[in-house]
Amino acid sequence: MSRLTVTKTNKLFIDGSFVRSESGQTFTIAGDRYPRASRKDVRDAVRAARAGYARWSAQTPYNRGQVLYRLAEMLETRRHELEAACSGAAEVERSIDRVVWYAGWPDKLTQVLGSTNSVAGPYLNYTTAEPTGVVGVLAPTEPPLEGLISRLAPVLAGGNAAVVLAGEVSAPAAVVLAEALATSDLPAGAANLLTGPTHETAKVLAGHLDIDALDLDVAGEPGYLIELERLAAGGVTRVVRQRATEQTLGCVAAFVEHKTVWHPRGI
Amino acid sequence: MTSLPGTPGPGTQLTPRDARPAPPATPAPPATPARPATPALTETPSARAIPAAYRHLAGRSVDPVGIEQRAAALASRSVKTVAKDHALRTAISLLDLTTLEGSDTPGKVRIVSARARRPDPGDPSVPSVAAVCVYPSLVGEVAAALCGSPVKVASVATGFPSGQIPLAEKVREVEHAVAAGADEIDMVLNRGALLAGRYSEVVEEVQRVKAACDGRHLKVILETGELGGYEMIRRASLLAIAGGADFIKTSTGKLPRAATPPVVLCMLEVVRDVYGETGQMIGVKAAGGVRSAKQAIALLVLVVETLGPSWLTPDLFRIGASSLLNDLLMQVHRRESGVYQSPDGFPVD
Amino acid sequence: MTESSSEVLATSAAAWDYAPAPESRDVVTIRPRYELWIDGEWSAPQSGEYFPTVDPSSEEELAVVASAGAADVGRAVAAARAAFERGWATDHAGRAHYLYRIARILQTRAREFAVLESLDGGKPIRESRDVDVPLAAAHFFYYAGWADKLEYAFPHGTRVPHGVAAQIIPWNFPLLMLAWKIAPALAAGNTVVLKPAETTPLTALLFCDVAREAGLPNGVVNIITGGGDTGAELVRHPGIDKVAFTGSTEVGREIARSVAGSGTHLTLELGGKAANIVFDDAALDQAVEGIINGIYFNQGHVCCAGSRLLVQESIQEPLIAKLTERMRRLRVGDPLDKNTDVGAINSRAQLERITSYVRYGIEDGAEIFQPDCVLPSHGYFHAPTMFTGVTQSHRIAREEIFGPVLAVLSFRTAEEAVAMANNTRYGLSAGVWTEKGSRALAVAQALRAGVIWINTFNKFDPASPFGGYRESGFGREGGRQGLEPYLHLT
Repeated sequence: MSRLTVTKTNKLFIDGSFVRSESGQTFTIAGDRYPRASRKDVRDAVRAARAGYARWSAQTPYNRGQVLYRLAEMLETRRHELEAACSGAAEVERSIDRVVWYAGWPDKLTQVLGSTNSVAGPYLNYTTAEPTGVVGVLAPTEPPLEGLISRLAPVLAGGNAAVVLAGEVSAPAAVVLAEALATSDLPAGAANLLTGPTHETAKVLAGHLDIDALDLDVAGEPGYLIELERLAAGGVTRVVRQRATEQTLGCVAAFVEHKTVWHPRGI
Repeated sequence: MTSLPGTPGPGTQLTPRDARPAPPATPAPPATPARPATPALTETPSARAIPAAYRHLAGRSVDPVGIEQRAAALASRSVKTVAKDHALRTAISLLDLTTLEGSDTPGKVRIVSARARRPDPGDPSVPSVAAVCVYPSLVGEVAAALCGSPVKVASVATGFPSGQIPLAEKVREVEHAVAAGADEIDMVLNRGALLAGRYSEVVEEVQRVKAACDGRHLKVILETGELGGYEMIRRASLLAIAGGADFIKTSTGKLPRAATPPVVLCMLEVVRDVYGETGQMIGVKAAGGVRSAKQAIALLVLVVETLGPSWLTPDLFRIGASSLLNDLLMQVHRRESGVYQSPDGFPVD
Repeated sequence: MTESSSEVLATSAAAWDYAPAPESRDVVTIRPRYELWIDGEWSAPQSGEYFPTVDPSSEEELAVVASAGAADVGRAVAAARAAFERGWATDHAGRAHYLYRIARILQTRAREFAVLESLDGGKPIRESRDVDVPLAAAHFFYYAGWADKLEYAFPHGTRVPHGVAAQIIPWNFPLLMLAWKIAPALAAGNTVVLKPAETTPLTALLFCDVAREAGLPNGVVNIITGGGDTGAELVRHPGIDKVAFTGSTEVGREIARSVAGSGTHLTLELGGKAANIVFDDAALDQAVEGIINGIYFNQGHVCCAGSRLLVQESIQEPLIAKLTERMRRLRVGDPLDKNTDVGAINSRAQLERITSYVRYGIEDGAEIFQPDCVLPSHGYFHAPTMFTGVTQSHRIAREEIFGPVLAVLSFRTAEEAVAMANNTRYGLSAGVWTEKGSRALAVAQALRAGVIWINTFNKFDPASPFGGYRESGFGREGGRQGLEPYLHLT
């Protein structure tokens, strides 16, 4: 008699832990069962992200870069699993290389985006790039892995914490990505991944007053996006719309705040 | 904290000199817990040179940019019409008419004294100045010339302007000036000892000179242009006050950097703090580089807005200058006649 | 007259209230009626409606101003679009020249603008003369230099102006906010439709004359006046590519809702409730000046005002004593008097808002201090006010008052101060007063606000980016970063 395989129970990734949906509900993709995140899961994820943001943003940019690089390493070791969860090897390689690209940014953001400003008076005046805070990410559905990583990596590179709504078709990729995140030395709560239909949860996330920015999938249905943007307006939440697989500094800059500091110069 | 006199409202009574609270024998403990002073002041034997009541004041920082901006903002006050009339006459009444040249002669100081009593013989509304300030050797001449007038005789002393003579000589010089009839002594602070950190020596010297003054008014010249920064001006002010100064004075007038508005403001703020902590009322004398009526009025504004108008008496504020008087008089005439004046309408001396 | 007259003279305190020193109104001519400035000419509103603008210090009507309706907004946007398409975006050197000209004309006509600003808005002439107008001119001068150097500002990829920018500005710094909006927009190659605030339209309308004097091509700058409805029409007009708004957080939310999903680029500079943190080693006398400047500058009508004073408990007593004395020296009154420190409240509505917050402060149990100042009998004035014994739960510690009202709270440790400072939905600015460098830098880093003033407050410069975190809005104005909202970067 052959051995019975041990099957994996797919879970949400919240606050560094793998948890079932609070609702107990699941959905099925390609015969596998995945947790269906509820409103309360979104609530918990935002709370975890707020705490995770404090930890992640307190690390040195050098350290954040190393953690992101380690994420690439962790993805590389899971490439077979990842290939099965997306369109294949090429997408996995692009995704891993994208993480590597963003891993180089944390300790360069202030040098590229910030400045020392010549003001007309006896002051040192400088502008630094600081994280925006907690970012809600509505991940694109296609391509499943590259879309998730293209949206998550710049948010983390900026020093932000993320609550990612991975949706349904990307759920297999999200689960493997979560395992890579969990083993990458990322502080608990800095990245939270929720699977399941997003029609309800996206509204909860967009209207949540404790998120600072919202990354919307440009490919979304227009009427729905308008509704999400209106919800975000209630908290003066920054709304960013970027292409699914874009890899630019702008993707990080969208989640960076410029802080300007003045100090007198005198004897 | 003691409230400043004259500040609560327009109707407040002024504090005449004899109503000043006497400096407490043992300075009262500060109203608030003493702040950690700079280590140089609290942790060395020299620190004890500063009475406990002021020690935390000496450790308080001054932001140079902030104080310079405050002084500049006050310089933009517009003093016009009747306020200007009043300010010009007040400035004259607070003037220490000064001549401190190697070429000073008895004849020269007699002329200066005459102008001091009656700055404008043609206009009786112009007050006499506060004092005439000369070298010790000419004090007798000035005392005779000012006899019977309220104008005080002031003498620089203690090896003016450098102060680099032995203490015994300084004391002798003061005793000579006092004996010759000086009402006020303008001594120079020992900057060498100050900058070397020998604070006790600085204070002791002021105390010795104070004793030699025998009750005369003592003004201590800090020579702020040599002190290198506002914190040191603060420290020097407090050491002078600790030694018994009735006045702290900015400069000798022999250096290009002298009574600039932020320096005067810094000293006024020390005086305000000392008053707040102990009730002691210390005077301030701005000297050196004050040549125009506009500058003089700006100094008065600093006093008014820092300590209140009641501080504008000859007992608590002076301006030391030589050429300023003519500009003040020109402005007085300009106000009265409505016509701009020619310098040749006023005596050169 | 005897020689003892000096005593009499020297002790007359009343003379030190200074004599009136009014700036002359004659330098500026106010027309009885203003039309809309569209496509380089004055144009009557199609509605035929006008509204008055008053001098808040006298309640005297200064002029009537056109109220733009939907059709007028449409004409202004069309004019801006046409100007954009006539090559404005591609003539980089030309744009630089026009902006330089505007800066120089503003400097030349500074007195006129300063007087008009104080008349229409109530701010002291000392501030409009020394701050608003010079900074407005400086802003144009600064961005003039960027117009032909955009590839140096953003060397990577392409940079393309959005097109037509709708700009809505508040009443607290009317001309300066106009400069903050128009200068970077034009430098980046956009054309604009700007709506000044309902209560302070006059300097923006005088600016039209500067645009004409500078020879600015028709339609590049269009100024339309009106109230909230005009603004609402403007931001939702389909011909608008970019919206920049400075004003209240409430209106900012409304604008964000109304442009939702349209793809219109949006930047918001909204309210604030800044903490001004004073540590026990601070240079106290300068901190006092910074606190005063932080909250009483422009009657407290400043989004980045230091309205929450957080004082380390061990120095609370001497600091409050110094502040109290200092407040007694503030001169409240005629905005045109050169010695006025605190002018008129901008409008009756704002005065009522401030008054009700002062009532809340008392109701919530804080202790009020106001110096004995005699307020003018006409016009909208409010005494400088300080509340001590305030806690984080008090309304005056949480909500933006936009008036000369300071809430004083105490703290024990730096950690506690940072936590209190960040305990707000706003994040525009903050102040830190300490002589200890490491602490200043650490606290500046920990504060969640876009502008941190260490040992100073309320300083502005065209080269210095300004803007908020959180509900204080997004986007920056000033500096290279201030160009970014007006460019599409790829």
